[in-house]
Amino acid sequence: MTIKARLANPWGRPRFLRIATLIYIAWSLIPVLIAIQFSFNAGRSRSTWQGFSLRWYLYDAGSVLKDDSLLLALVQSLRLAALTMLVAAPIGIALAIGLARWRGRGVKAASFLMLIPLVTPEIVMGVALFLVFANLYDFVAFGTWAQFLGHVTFSISFVVIIVRGRLFAIGRDYEEAAMDLGASPFEAMRRVLLPMLAPAIVASFAIVFALSIDDFVISQFLAGGASSITIPVRLYSGARLAPPPSLNALATLLLVTTMLAVGSAGWATRRYNRRDGGSESAVQAVAHFEI
Amino acid sequence: MASNLQSAETEAVGQKTWIWQAFAMPGVVWLIVLFVVPFYAVISVAMGDIDPIFLKPQPEWNPLAWDPSAFGAVFGDLFGGQLGKIAVRTMGYVASASLLCVAIGYPVAYFVARRVEKHKALWLLALLAPFWINYLMRMLAWVNLLSPDGWVNKAIALFGFPEQNWLSGRAIVVILGLVYGYIPYFILPLYAALDRIDTQVIEAAKDLGASPRQAFLRVTAPMSKQGVLAGLVIIMLPMFGDYYTPNLLSGSPRTRMIGNQIDQFINQTTSQGGQGAALTLVLMAFVAILMVYYLINISRVTQKARE
Repeated sequence: MTIKARLANPWGRPRFLRIATLIYIAWSLIPVLIAIQFSFNAGRSRSTWQGFSLRWYLYDAGSVLKDDSLLLALVQSLRLAALTMLVAAPIGIALAIGLARWRGRGVKAASFLMLIPLVTPEIVMGVALFLVFANLYDFVAFGTWAQFLGHVTFSISFVVIIVRGRLFAIGRDYEEAAMDLGASPFEAMRRVLLPMLAPAIVASFAIVFALSIDDFVISQFLAGGASSITIPVRLYSGARLAPPPSLNALATLLLVTTMLAVGSAGWATRRYNRRDGGSESAVQAVAHFEI
Repeated sequence: MASNLQSAETEAVGQKTWIWQAFAMPGVVWLIVLFVVPFYAVISVAMGDIDPIFLKPQPEWNPLAWDPSAFGAVFGDLFGGQLGKIAVRTMGYVASASLLCVAIGYPVAYFVARRVEKHKALWLLALLAPFWINYLMRMLAWVNLLSPDGWVNKAIALFGFPEQNWLSGRAIVVILGLVYGYIPYFILPLYAALDRIDTQVIEAAKDLGASPRQAFLRVTAPMSKQGVLAGLVIIMLPMFGDYYTPNLLSGSPRTRMIGNQIDQFINQTTSQGGQGAALTLVLMAFVAILMVYYLINISRVTQKARE
C-alpha cells in the first residue's frame, strides 16, 4: 500500500490508529511512572536520578515514615476508607435489594433519589455538606466524622449500581423456588440470594474502599485541622511547594493501596464470570459496568 | 377458590413489600438526612443573612422569610463584573478541553473497541489504568515535569529554548491539565458504546457497497454518537466545578475558574458563605441540563437491565 493510498483511507489498516493509541497510552502513563521512579531517588531532586533508595519511604527525616504530616495522612486515609467501607457497603447492598424487590408506591421516588448523588458535581456536594455541618448538624465536628458521613453519602449510590446489576441478572426465580420448597423469605435470602450475590458484595466493599481513599473534594471541604488531612489533600497542599520525593512516595503508596482494592474487586468479578461460564474478562466487566 | 388464591398472593406480596421497604429504609433515610437536607441548607444559606457581629452567614430556614440579596450580588457580578469574566473563562476552558478530549479520545476508543485483534484485555487495561491513579497524583506528576528544573524545561533546552515558568498563569497548561485529568472518563463510555455496535451491521454496509470510510462515517460514527455525548457529559460536569487543577498547575488569578471562586467563598473566607452558596446554586442551575441528560441515560440503562 502506498503512502497516498494509506492517507486516503486511514481506516483500512489501523497502523495510524495503533500508533496514535500507543502515543496516548504513553502520554497518560509515563508522567506517573516517572513520579513513581523519583519516589525511589537517592537524592533530593525530582528530576535528576541519583540512584535507587528507600530513603523517602523509610529513613530520611522527611520520609513518609518519619514526617508526621505524611504518616498521619496515610493513617487518616486508611482509617477513613475502612470506616466508610464497613458502613456504606451494607447500607448500599440492602438498598439495592430493597429497590429491586419492592414494588409499589415510593420505589420510583427512592430510585430517583439514589441516582441524584451520582450526577451531582462533587463541588456542589462538598459545599452542601460543609454548610449543613457548619449550620445545622453542628454536633458533628469537622474532621474524621464529617468526612466519614460525607464519604458514605457519595458511596451508597455506587454500591447500589454494582449490586443491582447482579440482582437483575439473577432474577427472582431462584428465590421463588426456595420459597415454594418451604423457605421463608428471610431463609430464601440468606441461603439463596446472598450467596449468589457474593461477588457483587465483595466488589462493593472493594470499590467503596477505593472511592473513599481516592476522594479529594469532599475530604478537603470537610477536613478539620491537621489530624484529618488525607493523602489526596496532602498531595494538593504540598505539590507546589517544591516538595522532596517523599510526596511522590506517599502518592505511590496510595496508588498501591487503590490497585489492591480494585484488584480484589476484579478478582471477585472474574470468579463469578468463570462459574457462570461467561466469556467476559474482568477488565471488560469493569469497562462495561461504568456508566 | 381463585379469589382465595389471589388474596393469598396479594397478602404474600404485601408482606414482602413491608420487608423490602425495611431493607431500603436505612439508605433512603441516609440520603434524605445527608443529601437532601444539605442541599436545602445551601438554599437556606444563600437566602439568609450575615450575622452583623460575627460576620458569619446566618441561614434562613423558613422559605417565607427568604432574602435573595446574595443572588443579587452574584448576578450583578456575573453580568459585567469580575465573576462574569471568570464564568466566560470557565466556559472557554471547559469547551476547549472537551473538544480536545473528543479529538484525542475518539481514535483511541475506536481503535481499542473495534480494531484490536489480539490482547484486547491488555489494551483495555492500559485505558483503564489512569482511572485508579489518584487525580491529584496525576497532577503532581505534571507539576514535577513542568517545574523550573523539570524534564519539560530540560527537553526544550536541548533545542536551545530558554527555561519557561510553566506553572504560573498559563491558560494552555490548565486546559491541557484538564484534558489529561478527565480524558479517561471520556474514553470509557465511548469505548463501551463502540464495543456494543454489532459487527454485522458494518459488514452489511460494506456488502451493500459502502467503502470502509463510508461505512465508518455513515454507520459506526452515528451509532457511537450516544457514547460521545455520554462521555462529554461525564467530563464536563466535574470540569465546571474544578478548582484544584487550575490551583495546582497555575495558581494565578489569571486562570481562575468558577470552582476557584466557590472554593474561595466557602473555604477561605467566613463572611462570604452566602455568596458561595448562591454561586453554587447558579453553577448547579447552569449544569442542570447535563445532569438531567446523565440521569436519563442511567435510568435507560437500568430499564434495559431490568427487562
